[in-house]
Amino acid sequence: MTNPNELNIKEEIYRENILDHFKNPHNFGELAPCSFYHCEVNQLCGDEVKLFVKLDDKETVAAARFNGHGCAISVASASMLTDYIIGKSIGELKCIQSSEIIELLGVKLSVVRMKCGLLVLKTLRNGIKTMEVRQ
Amino acid sequence: MEAKQLIDPNKIKQDFSIFKRKINGKPLVYLDNGATSLTPDIVVNAINNYYHNFNANIHRGVHTMGEDATIAYESAHDKVAKFINADNKEIIFTSGTTASLNILVRSIRLNPGDVIILTEMEHHSNIVPWLEAAKKEGYIIKYVKITENGELDMNHLKSLLLNSHVGVVSVTHMSNVLGSINNVKEIAKLAHEKGALCIVDGAQSVPHIPIDVKDIDCDFFCFSGHKMAGPTGIGVLYGKKELLNDMEPANFGGDMISEVHFDHATWNDLPWKFEAGTPNIAGGIGLGAAVEYLDSIGMDKIRDYEEFLTEYALTKLKGIEGVTIYGSSKKRGGVISFNVKDIHPHDVGTILDRDGIAIRGGHMCAMPLIKTVLKLNSVCRISLYFYNTTEDIDKLVTAIHKAKEVFCNDQS
Repeated sequence: MTNPNELNIKEEIYRENILDHFKNPHNFGELAPCSFYHCEVNQLCGDEVKLFVKLDDKETVAAARFNGHGCAISVASASMLTDYIIGKSIGELKCIQSSEIIELLGVKLSVVRMKCGLLVLKTLRNGIKTMEVRQ
Repeated sequence: MEAKQLIDPNKIKQDFSIFKRKINGKPLVYLDNGATSLTPDIVVNAINNYYHNFNANIHRGVHTMGEDATIAYESAHDKVAKFINADNKEIIFTSGTTASLNILVRSIRLNPGDVIILTEMEHHSNIVPWLEAAKKEGYIIKYVKITENGELDMNHLKSLLLNSHVGVVSVTHMSNVLGSINNVKEIAKLAHEKGALCIVDGAQSVPHIPIDVKDIDCDFFCFSGHKMAGPTGIGVLYGKKELLNDMEPANFGGDMISEVHFDHATWNDLPWKFEAGTPNIAGGIGLGAAVEYLDSIGMDKIRDYEEFLTEYALTKLKGIEGVTIYGSSKKRGGVISFNVKDIHPHDVGTILDRDGIAIRGGHMCAMPLIKTVLKLNSVCRISLYFYNTTEDIDKLVTAIHKAKEVFCNDQS
């Protein structure tokens, strides 16, 4: 017998797809050599995302990987984003909005948990900035 | 042995309107008291009373409301002084423990090369101000190690005190992560034997155990109002009169002066010398009401009850497979940090919140302890207060099992 309350929990935030991505994250690991690498930390909870992105000749994402440690929301969003950005150009990466990440996750996040969900996007944005400064 | 008559937390809950609130449809189970405690109606009313009836500045106007406000604010100092067995001139109101410690770091006169002894279990507020001062003033900072069960290594403290240039020993009374209660009376004695000053960070202890600063014999004692049933934005710096008299103020401006000329100024008497500008009058009055409220219950009784509840919580948590508890000090308060295997503290916190249970997850503002000493990224923490019940703990345990089910059992 499933407790209806537990179903609520799953429906609201820990849906099956989030837990799947958390337990078996896509693109988990490092990428060397890569076009840019960046690490961001969520000071509040100590979550850490390291993002590795490799661009092809046409400046579009050929491969992306991540590692680090974090809660289900930050790991799932990193897993999803590293799938999502494949084939996108730098210009397109820069245009990715927070709402797109929330849509990928498909769950409603509280203000505090929003930081977890958007940590990987912050990592991507700052990674691009760092790369551009370097160039 | 005669059984101790414990307080009735369910009766106490009636003093707090906030318990009428439902969180996600469930009654509030508030286990985050180490971050901030709940505020009883009597304290909220005291603050309202100030704004409704005598909303005036202190020490200035000769009008009736000004006098009412001055009397209320000054008598709050008296109440706090009595609460920790200090003289009312030794009680400086600040915005909180952090502000109190910052004032001390700026106002205590030391020499370049002097050693500041802290401990590995300090909150950031008793580390960062010293790090900044060390950069500017050339102090050397040493940390007392902790033992495996999360107690201070007193032998290590003694060996650090062999250095002849120790200026200050600044130590937390109760760890906000491990719950360990340090023997600050012994630490003050050891510091004084070497001619060093002793500062105690009492943010986690004052709300929970009876405090007698004369008995501890520390030189300074800092704490916050909002962790002890008082409002936010108000805290205390206690200092021995003779030391405070010799110290320069950290902030300058209105009310802290005796005379001001175009080329110089002289300072007001204690404690006002350290309270520059219009203070948090409402907060001070609220803090006064909070200590009266705690006194009406009795700090001894609060301590007895929390010891019972902490033991109950520890036993229950230890019974959950996959739960690791950090810190097993023999003398401890109701702060318990733990992790649930393979579940991030934020995820534990979110699932618990669904059941109306508030806990803390993260590095607890003690990153060096969490990361370097315990070698963790984050922990879950429950921190108890006298309105918590054994039912609260039972609900916590049920919810942790639920979190384990969500994360570990693949139910299709």
